[in-house]
Amino acid sequence: MSALLEVDAVSVRFGGLTAVDAVSIAVPAGEVRAIIGPNGAGKTTLVGAICGRVRADSGRIVLGGADISRLPAHARARRGIVYTFQVTSIFPTLSVRDNVALAAQRGLMRGVMGRLAVDRRVLDARVRGALARAGLEVDPEQPASALAYGHQRLLELAMGLALAPRVLILDEPTQGLAEGEIAHFRTLVRELAGTVSVLLIEHNVEVVLAVADHITVLDQGRVLAEGTPRAIAHDPEVQRAYLGG
Amino acid sequence: MSTSSARIWLLHAAVLLALLLAQPLLPEYHYVNVARILVLACYAVGYNVLLGYTGLMSLGHAMFFALGMYGAGLPVYYHGVGALPALALGVAASALGAALFGLIALRTRGVAFLIVTMMFGQAFHLTLLHFNVYTLGDQGFILSETIRTLDVAGAAFDLADSRVKYNAALGVFSVCLLASLLLVRSPVGRVLVAIRENEDRTRLLGYNTYLARLLALTVSGTIAGAAGATYALLFSYVGASFASILHSIYPLLWTLLGGAGTTLGPLLGTGLMFYLEIYARDLTTAYLVVVGAVLLVLVLWAPRGILGTLRDRKARWLP
Amino acid sequence: MSLGPHLLLALLEGLVGACVLALTALGLALVFGVMRIVNVAHGEFFMLGAVIAAACAGLVGDPPWLAFGCALLVAPLAVAAVATAADWAVLRRVRYDPESTIVATIGLLYIVQQSVLVLHGPDARAVPAPFYVRLDLGWFGYNGYKLMVAGAAVTLLLAVWLGLGRTRLGLYMRATQQDREMATALGVPVRRVYATVFALGAALAAVAGVLVVPIQQAHYLMGLDPLLLSFIVVIVGGLGSLKGAVIAAFVIGVSDGFVSVLFSPTLAKILATLLVAMVLVVRPRGLFGTSEA
Repeated sequence: MSALLEVDAVSVRFGGLTAVDAVSIAVPAGEVRAIIGPNGAGKTTLVGAICGRVRADSGRIVLGGADISRLPAHARARRGIVYTFQVTSIFPTLSVRDNVALAAQRGLMRGVMGRLAVDRRVLDARVRGALARAGLEVDPEQPASALAYGHQRLLELAMGLALAPRVLILDEPTQGLAEGEIAHFRTLVRELAGTVSVLLIEHNVEVVLAVADHITVLDQGRVLAEGTPRAIAHDPEVQRAYLGG
Repeated sequence: MSTSSARIWLLHAAVLLALLLAQPLLPEYHYVNVARILVLACYAVGYNVLLGYTGLMSLGHAMFFALGMYGAGLPVYYHGVGALPALALGVAASALGAALFGLIALRTRGVAFLIVTMMFGQAFHLTLLHFNVYTLGDQGFILSETIRTLDVAGAAFDLADSRVKYNAALGVFSVCLLASLLLVRSPVGRVLVAIRENEDRTRLLGYNTYLARLLALTVSGTIAGAAGATYALLFSYVGASFASILHSIYPLLWTLLGGAGTTLGPLLGTGLMFYLEIYARDLTTAYLVVVGAVLLVLVLWAPRGILGTLRDRKARWLP
Repeated sequence: MSLGPHLLLALLEGLVGACVLALTALGLALVFGVMRIVNVAHGEFFMLGAVIAAACAGLVGDPPWLAFGCALLVAPLAVAAVATAADWAVLRRVRYDPESTIVATIGLLYIVQQSVLVLHGPDARAVPAPFYVRLDLGWFGYNGYKLMVAGAAVTLLLAVWLGLGRTRLGLYMRATQQDREMATALGVPVRRVYATVFALGAALAAVAGVLVVPIQQAHYLMGLDPLLLSFIVVIVGGLGSLKGAVIAAFVIGVSDGFVSVLFSPTLAKILATLLVAMVLVVRPRGLFGTSEA
């Protein structure tokens, strides 16, 4: 079976530093793939190269059989690669509703008229749906900056969901979430699995082991190991790199 | 949502209706003044699309105003074109100019964009002066009497009549204001605001932000050009001084005073500054000092302008 | 005159203009480089220098060299004082936010310009050169003062360059330019560095104004042209790059001189702007620009 997302020998260099060194991974449709590794392993840079925020110096990125390595970030987003930020990057002065609507309207804007007006009911339904799925229960008319930090993370997640992703990249999604929210998040990711491929960068080992189908371990820009959660958990090399043991 | 939407459209309709019905109450002397304010407010409305809703500051908008002015004025002067076709030509010239300019200038961002707008604005001003033989830029020119009637659906209006000026200006202003309101409340408008807030994030939501900024610049320049063309036709004077840097700074000042990113702010700012300048002109030849003073006051004490401050404190629903 | 002498004249005029432009643009580039702000009132500092020179000529009268010497001393100090006041009263209070600073300096532009209109009047005033030497170049005589202007400008450019490399202030400035927070942490008095740089940039423009006034006359609207040319220079050179600004000043200045002499000064400005358009199409960050603007 061919993978939905193929990363083929991608390298990213910053000056003399090689942040991502010839990394290859293949993610099948509907798989939850966790990417773990110590700080500075190149996780965020790797997913940055996948979504187009960071330019890869070499290698190819293939989505559904099409080479997207040369597409700009917005074109990749349009093809279904959706990135949610590690450092929350919502639009603070816009209302919660407008934040999600920006993502939700993307698929509705067709032709000139579709850019000037979209069906308010369809849009509203999508916005409500995305907020509900992310588990964010707040007044949608308040400005996003008024939300608590954990809620801003959930808003970021809702924006990602509203884009109807094929590949959803979640960068440290549970950071700053409360216990109950983490539990909700775990359920959500398992619901997404099967229809959406998820790339999950996560420090919380418990979450990773609970939701990931497959784990890729990065260390110093290279793939150190790859396998099922069970195999990774017992890999002595991973333990050495990770636990410093 | 729908109640606030209705409230917004009602507010704008009420403002326009008030301007229409105020005529019997206004002394004759103010007709031409208010007509001028309305036309200049169009210019500021166009400017606001770019500054207030897209977050791009331009110091070269006089170029688009002048393109509209000359695009309408030259055909009238040389070929005796009628008022409405002249207006259309002026609008087309500025739309084309803004789009071409945007293709180049939008390759830069931030302060570099600002510098580039100012440079091109100045170069355009100098071009008008340099080709003085054709543009009569130096002295300017008066549009001949042939243009002084406006034929709409068989009825002829005398453009020299101050009431006709007032209502024609109000008509153009209404179109520009409502167009800007429609734009900023549309999905595209939401994208423009998103670019103002965080362009990188907007791109990752799947929007081609370069094209969106180009659209905003083109719409902004076109509205400015419509104002310029209307100005030429109603006040029958065309001159290169309207392309000078001062005329690029005016819409910035009017927009900031009324409140950047509020639909009605430009009208308020234009009106206030217009009468403030008339007052200052009586006092001193150096009346432009009020331009400097108001800008400094705004920057130090009221960066959000009048309506922006009102929205922050009282009425969050203001568009 | 045949073409040869014409070209020589154009080259001389171009070089003199380029030297003055380099001095003015360096002030703008310095302020942008260190403080990351655009000073739209920069041209007014140039104009103030010229007007102060005219005032000195009016007050001191004869001999012209004494008046000129006074101007060369007073103008940069007075203009630096105005700049420091503006920095203290306005720029510092808007925390050097790029957009607010631009609006504030536009405001400053009109306040300075209109104050000069009130104090100095609307007329252009000629100022005698400190000396008059006519250099005979065979085909035509050339004003020796113009060459002195070029010499003085080059000397000042070198002085600034050496100053940046060798003094503590220069070190502070480079540190602030690279990383403001780090500089603060290392004990660099960033606020004082900002005030100093802003004053220094203004003073450079003022000196350029003094140097130019015996050639050009002093007028309250004369600030716009140097501002425009300086903008062109910093965009072509790459925002924030001092080396780029100086090189671009010479390219633009000399070509401006050529086109001005052979065709017309207005056409020269138009062509320079078109040149910038071309540069932007190829390299949006300018010829020597590295970081994003």
